[in-house]
Amino acid sequence: MKSIVIGVIGADVHAVGNKIIDYTLSNLGYNVINIGVLSSQEDFINAAIESDAELILVSSLYGHGEIDCRGMRQKCIESGIGDIFLYVGGNIVVGKQDFSEVKQRFLQMGFNRVYPPGISIDMAINDIKNDLGE
Amino acid sequence: MAKYLLIDFGSTFTKLTAVDSEIGDIFASANHFTTVDTDITIGYKNALDHLYKTIGHPVVFDRVVACSSAAGGLKMAAIGLVEELTVEAAKRVCLGAGAKVDLVFSHHLNSSEVELIKTKKIDIILLAGGSDGGNSECVLFNAKMLSNANLGIPIVYGGNKSVQDEIKSIFDQHHVNGHIVDNVMPRINQLNVKQARDKIRDLFLKNIIEAKGIKKIESEIDKVVLPTPEAVLKACELLAKGYMNEPGLGEVVVVDVGGATTDLYSISEPSKRGDVIITGLEEPYAKRTVEGDLGMRYSATGILKALTKEEIMMINLEKGIDIEKEINERNINVGMLPQNQKEELIDRLLAEMCVYKAMNRHAGKMEEIYTPMGMVHHQTGKDLTDIDIVIGTGGVIIKSTDPKQILAKTTNVFRNDFELRPRHPKFFIDSTYSLYAMGLLSEFDPVLALKIMKKHLTQV
Ligand code: B12
Repeated sequence: MKSIVIGVIGADVHAVGNKIIDYTLSNLGYNVINIGVLSSQEDFINAAIESDAELILVSSLYGHGEIDCRGMRQKCIESGIGDIFLYVGGNIVVGKQDFSEVKQRFLQMGFNRVYPPGISIDMAINDIKNDLGE
Repeated sequence: MAKYLLIDFGSTFTKLTAVDSEIGDIFASANHFTTVDTDITIGYKNALDHLYKTIGHPVVFDRVVACSSAAGGLKMAAIGLVEELTVEAAKRVCLGAGAKVDLVFSHHLNSSEVELIKTKKIDIILLAGGSDGGNSECVLFNAKMLSNANLGIPIVYGGNKSVQDEIKSIFDQHHVNGHIVDNVMPRINQLNVKQARDKIRDLFLKNIIEAKGIKKIESEIDKVVLPTPEAVLKACELLAKGYMNEPGLGEVVVVDVGGATTDLYSISEPSKRGDVIITGLEEPYAKRTVEGDLGMRYSATGILKALTKEEIMMINLEKGIDIEKEINERNINVGMLPQNQKEELIDRLLAEMCVYKAMNRHAGKMEEIYTPMGMVHHQTGKDLTDIDIVIGTGGVIIKSTDPKQILAKTTNVFRNDFELRPRHPKFFIDSTYSLYAMGLLSEFDPVLALKIMKKHLTQV
């Protein structure tokens, strides 16, 4: 059973989507470690180390995602999990920005997959299966 | 009642400061060229002769201690994994120990980087990488690379604690002079300076000054106790904090523009505002940065590199000089001293540029971010905005006819609100060049050292 760490990053309290993601991924048979809302990068990374997770799935709904996610890949490298998959989704930036540019910035920050607003967790399941090899 | 002799074996000058605890002050000082290339004791004895001449007779000192930056100072290589994390942590530890960080490497070392450690004549390597329990593959790889290279210099390992045993056996197998200390970044963004810094100082005193021919002076004096920049850092810290009943001055910034480097010290809490989000590696209370590309002579060309074509044109037009020519002249003739008003003016201009640029790198930055919840402030680095005291030391500043102009460049002259530079500080100079000496004295009489420093700072 592969482990996935999920949570909502930064000072973000939007809890409903997080519960749905937990439910969806657990039902698919993944070992979901849900660190909940108001989580720091370090919380995600520590949970991933402890659970030997292969994917960290970051939610950001309140529009502050870019600053909250900066430097996360670097911290993963120092923490010995430099190869872990990093996903991010929700409403990751404020308002309506050209998403291809937003996506590019997050890819440069070391995220493997970056989802635009309106993409629910169901639409990402194929990617997860592909990346984790199941 | 005691008399102390405090010495700095500098790269060019050997400086002596004589203190009398009875009068509670410096009673004489003298200097002479450092002679570490031939025999360090010659320059020392010459300086001592000068000192006796100014006093009028020989003196028996109760204690004679020294700091040293002779023979290139303490040259270190800082190695870590990720640039912003363990590399930065390693670099800060070296600087805090009074070293010159000549080489900085990240991730896996390659053979040309290892080769550079040889050609640059590095004295000590600090090897870091990985938080505790984090990445270990990289430090193991690097430890093997360094050990295989037979460098013959001490290596301090301050990385992931989980592989300390493996690292130790790699060092042992290759007969490396290896030392294991606490991780410089045990957790992400947490800086842990102390053990690594103490070990570096220890190695400096045990091995490095011996190798550089400085130790031989210990037949003449009691002891070399610190690298010079660390003595200055200690003095600054004492000056800021105070000691027992003798109050300090509060938070300070100290500026030292030299021929080869521009050093900045800030003794202050990294942040004072509750309404900002702090990002990045933890900042030290006593922070030293050294800009190897900003200096008045050896590194003068670095000033040129930091300027744009337009800026060069502007300066030339405004001051009626050819700044490129002036800088190149100073870079070739490193012993040049200003002979007239114009040369003095140009030197001051160069010093101002060094200070401006060095503070740009030393001070923190504030970023404003618009979020759905309104404006949020993100701070990286130290907030120096409410620093009250900026002190200048080193020949260029002390001897300048207008030191205030130079020191003022630490402040926000270009009104860039995102740079957390001092706003409205008062300016002082260490007019008798005694900070290093008081750092030495503070090791055994901190109250006296503090009193003397306070007495000798001159407001400009
Ligand atoms: C309910 C709500 C709140 C509640 C939250 C209660 C709680 N504890 O959960 C309260 C009132 C507290 C709140 C506060 C705020 N909110 Co609000 N909130 C909403 C609202 C109306 C619904 C959110 C929700 O629950 N949706 C239902 C769940 C199921 O959907 P979801 O969260 O989007 O998650 C799904 C997908 O996004 C996706 N997903 C999520 N993460 C990831 C990750 C990956 C990798 C993938 C593939 C998919 C994925 O899958 C999830 C499940 O399908 C939305 C508007 C909306 N209709 O979405 C605004 C909204 C999210 N909030 C918004 C704002 C601005 C705020 C505030 C800043 C308002 C303010 N000025 O104070 C604060 C922020 C507080 C904070 N610190 O977080 C904005 C965000 C704008 C932006 N990003 O540009 C929104 C979009 C409203 C809007 N249009 O302006 N909010």
